[in-house]
Amino acid sequence: MLSVICAGFGGQGVLTAGLVLANVSMAGGQQVTWVPSYGSEMRGGTASCRLRISDSEILNPFFDQADVLIAMNQESVDTMQDMVAKDGTIIVNSTMVDIRTVRDGMRMIDVPATALSSEMGNPRGANIAMLGATIAATALFPVESFADGIDSYFDAKGRNTPLNRACFLDGASAVKGE
Amino acid sequence: MTRAFMKGNHALAEAAIRANMTFFGGYPITPQSEILEYLSDNLPKAGGTFLQAESELAGVNMVYGAAAAGHRAMTSSSGPGFSLLQEGISYIASAELPAVFVDVQRYGSGLGDIFQAQSDYYVATRGGGHGDYRVIAYAPASVQETVDLVGLAFDKAEQYRNPCLILSDASIAQMMEPVVFPEKRKCDPDHEWAVRGKRGGDFKKITSTMYYTENFDQYIHDKYATIQANEQRWESIQAEDAEIVLVAYGISSRICKEAVSTARAEGIRLGLIRPITVWPFPEEAFDGLGKGLRAYLTVELSALPRLRDDVMLATGMKTPVHHFLAGNTVPSSQTIVKQAVALLEK
Repeated sequence: MLSVICAGFGGQGVLTAGLVLANVSMAGGQQVTWVPSYGSEMRGGTASCRLRISDSEILNPFFDQADVLIAMNQESVDTMQDMVAKDGTIIVNSTMVDIRTVRDGMRMIDVPATALSSEMGNPRGANIAMLGATIAATALFPVESFADGIDSYFDAKGRNTPLNRACFLDGASAVKGE
Repeated sequence: MTRAFMKGNHALAEAAIRANMTFFGGYPITPQSEILEYLSDNLPKAGGTFLQAESELAGVNMVYGAAAAGHRAMTSSSGPGFSLLQEGISYIASAELPAVFVDVQRYGSGLGDIFQAQSDYYVATRGGGHGDYRVIAYAPASVQETVDLVGLAFDKAEQYRNPCLILSDASIAQMMEPVVFPEKRKCDPDHEWAVRGKRGGDFKKITSTMYYTENFDQYIHDKYATIQANEQRWESIQAEDAEIVLVAYGISSRICKEAVSTARAEGIRLGLIRPITVWPFPEEAFDGLGKGLRAYLTVELSALPRLRDDVMLATGMKTPVHHFLAGNTVPSSQTIVKQAVALLEK
C-alpha cells in the first residue's frame, strides 16, 4: 500500500494531480481511495488530497504517515513534512520552494516543475511534471505505461495535449538524473 | 465491468438515476451539495425533474407530491437541513408513500460543523419526526455500497410503502473510490395506490390524516414488525469466537475491520459486527456468539454514545457494552485495538 499526499496552492492542480494518479492507478487494476482536504481553498490557500493505492482492499482512507509527499509550494514543505514517514520521499517543486530543508533520512527529489512546464509552453502542466517525478521515484508503474494512462485520462475528457505527456516525461527524467 | 472513479455524493446521485428516480427536490448544504450539483445536470438529461427548492421544507413536500403520483422521488440533506425534513417524512410515512431520503451526517448539534460524524443516529433510527413510524435506514461503508444501497432503498420503499433513508457521512460522501454501476432500470409510476390524475379510473386518496380504519393500530404494529423481521442486514467479521466484538457502521466500521485484522495478527481475539441497516437494527447478528465473549465496544464518530444504546437493547445487557467516541476525527485502527486491549486487561 502506498500513501500519498499531494499539496500546493489552490489553482496549482494538486487535486487534479491526485485524480490523475488515482484514475491511472485504477485503470492499472489497483484499489484506490482519494480524500480531498476540506475548506475554502478554491484560490490562494493551501489545498491537498490524500491517496492510498493498493492491490488489495483499502479500509482506512486516512493515514498519519505518508510514503510520498508531492509538495507544489513552500507551505506544503513546511507544514506537511511531519506527516511523511521516516524513510519517505518528498517531491519538491523547486521553482516555488526556496527553503528545502527536510528531516534526516528523508529522500528529497527536486523537480523544477513550474519552470520546465512553463518553458514547454504548458504552464498549467507543473502538476503533471510532479507526477512524472512521483512515478519515477516510487516505481509504482513503468514510466511509459503511466504516460499512456495520462493520455487516456485526458483523451477521455476530450482535452488532451501532447504537452501533458512531455511534462510528465520531463518530470520523470528529473529523478533519473539525480 | 468498467469501474468509474467517483465521489460518494456523485455516485449516490448516479445510483438514484439508475434506480429510475424521476424527481428530486432539495436544498444545498455541505457536505452533500454535490448530490444536487450532479443531479441538476444529469437528472434532466435522463428525463427526470430536478428542482432546487427554496428550502428543505419545500423540497420534502415536493417529494411528497411526486411520490403520491407514483414516481420514485428523493431529497437529500445534512445536519440542520435534515432536521427540517422530519415533519415531511412523518407525513409521507403516515400517507404510506415510498420515498428515499439521504442524510450525509456532519458533526454536532445546531449548525455544528461540516466534518464527518455519526451524530444523527437517533434521528435516523427513531423515526425523526412525530408519531408512530420508522424509516428503513441503510448505512453504507463505501462508495460502492452507497450505490448498491440506493437501488435497494428505492425497492424497499415501494415494497413497504414507507420512507427509506441512506445514512451517509462526510467521509464516505467526499471520498472517491472505484465503483461499478448497475444498468439503468425502468419503473412504472402507475401503482394501484398512486394518484394519476383524471383518467376515469377508481377514486383514490392519499392522506396523512388518521381515519382510524378498523384495526389501525394493529396494522401499523404489524407493518413495522414485518420490516423488523425481514430487513435486518449486517456484516459479521470473526465475531463468532471473539473476546471483544466491535460494533460500528459507515466510515468507523472500515477502521474497525482493519483493527480486527491487526489484532488477530497479534493473537487478540477481536471481531466486528457492522450494521448495514441501523433500523431495523440487526439484532440477529448478536445471536449465538461464542462463550468467550467478554464485551462489546461500539466505535462512534460523535460526542455522545448513540449506537451503544441499540447494542444494549439487542443484547439485553447480558454482556457489558462499552463505547469509544472519536468525535469528528476518524480514529486509527491502532487506537481501536488499544481500547479493546484495555478492556481485556480490566
